[in-house]
Amino acid sequence: MNVPLLLEMIADACPNRIGFGRRHHGLSYTDLLRQSRSAARWLTSTQSGSCVHIGLNATSVPIALFAAAHAGVPFVPLNFRLPDRQLRRLLERTAPSVAIVDSNMVERVAGVENAALVSDTEFERLCNAGKDYPVRVSDLENQAAVLLFTSGTSGEPKAAVLRHSHLSSYVISTVEFNSADENEAALISVPSYHVAGISAILTNLYAGRRIVYLPVFDAQDWVNLVVSEGITQAMVVPTMLERILDVIDRTGADLARLKSLSYGGGRMPQAVIERGLRLLPQVDFVNAYGLTETSSTIAMLGPEDHRRAIESDNPVVRRRLTSVGKPLSSIEIDVRDQSGRSLPRGQSGEIFVRGDQISGEYVNKNAKGAGGWFATKDGGFMDDEGYLFVEGRLDDIIVRGGENISPGEIEDVLRAHPDISDAVVLGVPDNQWGECIAAVVVAPKSAPSEKSLVEWVRKRLRSTKTPQIWQFRSSLPYTDTGKVLRRQLKSEFIKQKSADEVVG
Amino acid sequence: MDFKPGSRWCSVVCDTEVVVVKVPNGAVSLQCGGEAMVLKDHGEKIGRGPSSDHASGTVIGKRYVHDPSGLEVLAVKSGEGSLSVDGVRLTLKDAKDLPSSD
Repeated sequence: MNVPLLLEMIADACPNRIGFGRRHHGLSYTDLLRQSRSAARWLTSTQSGSCVHIGLNATSVPIALFAAAHAGVPFVPLNFRLPDRQLRRLLERTAPSVAIVDSNMVERVAGVENAALVSDTEFERLCNAGKDYPVRVSDLENQAAVLLFTSGTSGEPKAAVLRHSHLSSYVISTVEFNSADENEAALISVPSYHVAGISAILTNLYAGRRIVYLPVFDAQDWVNLVVSEGITQAMVVPTMLERILDVIDRTGADLARLKSLSYGGGRMPQAVIERGLRLLPQVDFVNAYGLTETSSTIAMLGPEDHRRAIESDNPVVRRRLTSVGKPLSSIEIDVRDQSGRSLPRGQSGEIFVRGDQISGEYVNKNAKGAGGWFATKDGGFMDDEGYLFVEGRLDDIIVRGGENISPGEIEDVLRAHPDISDAVVLGVPDNQWGECIAAVVVAPKSAPSEKSLVEWVRKRLRSTKTPQIWQFRSSLPYTDTGKVLRRQLKSEFIKQKSADEVVG
Repeated sequence: MDFKPGSRWCSVVCDTEVVVVKVPNGAVSLQCGGEAMVLKDHGEKIGRGPSSDHASGTVIGKRYVHDPSGLEVLAVKSGEGSLSVDGVRLTLKDAKDLPSSD
């Protein structure tokens, strides 16, 4: 199975349906097939090794994705929000390549060796210029369809390889073909360099559901588009949901047509999702968990799970609101200890995953272990009924006096405090304990005293899990895809500490 | 028949085309409309339609399974013929009941 076939199928079944853009003058599946084939012929003629995209979400993204797929070269969307130097460095690594670049970004990446730049307007012309008969590539199934650079929190970013077989397995095992009503539309506000930006194109296309892009996220614009374009589903990261709910609260906007809202890409504060369920009772909430290396979603907490959890007085059922639900039926999950032994339900360890959609591969490096299992580097556990709880990156675990402490648990307790809107907990090097626990909290109205916060945590968790260092800020730094920048905060703490030691 | 995952097979009596999703355990012969299917671009259509007892159709986007061997295929083009292995009709796999997650 390969990526172009997904498009050929939907263009065969619904040739005139609008697949991308506004209801009336968007791009139909037949247009997309024709334009991407035309672009593929041009791409093949350039003899490039990859097709890069640097720019905001627009219909050029799916066209370039499918053009690259037809031509048998990987599509490589780059994070244009990176500083110029890093962006150019990533582009160098894709050479020899052609890069489709938004006109106002061309200057930032000009002159990179063996990267031919094509502006988005020139690309549009190329999509309509060539012949649209298909390019034939042998063994497309095992070719790389997409390369996605991981955020590179430790050192140089790694390029995850998603092959045609991984992406198409994900699509056909999770989506019923052509199952969407003609009036359904999905709003995508995650960038194309995020795995969800890629998987959203493929799954919605296979379902026959129109995609509308919000190229730069703004909560008010998001709400306006949902209303004006009759959006029925959307995917957001946690930071987006909170701002959207603020707008709905403030304006009383009526999102009656919105049926389904999925979220993922970071830890959702329980207070935010509870507020979402209250403000949007007609909406089906879905929490999706996945990684770049797993071709998007591997586990999900469905709408019924959400409703059951919020209505329940049983703490075991209620806490499932903070779980990522159950693994997809096409996915196996195993939780293991440091020596690689499978752990029983309820015990925390590293989450391993296996299935046809799992790539677990970087350029020049296969990270899959024995039996095809991929180590996610996420810590977590499964409860008695098979609900998966993700506790966070194993790299973020705090080791204090030999005890492993997961920040997520402490963050949840802090966020539940009535005066705290957001919190992050991290380990800071400490001579006595190896690491000590630092908490950075946002208290928008009035800052509670450190003493009362220590008391708050100690009452709910063990005293060894109580932060020793407290810092108050007006907001926390996040990536645009909803991940809190822990490392940045941590290095600030370390700098501060060494400065203090010099002075002291 | 050499069922590699992802290999594409065509009916010789109608427009049906399928892709192999799960390979069978053991040798089986996949038929459509009562005639053995051929690898795409590796065979000609024969000049007649499906036989009357194998003509209930194959629908694009549906997955069909042969339980005894575990063979699973996805129809990528609809056709008038129906799919069978050794004369036994393949069964339609249940629709996925998953909410959209992206």
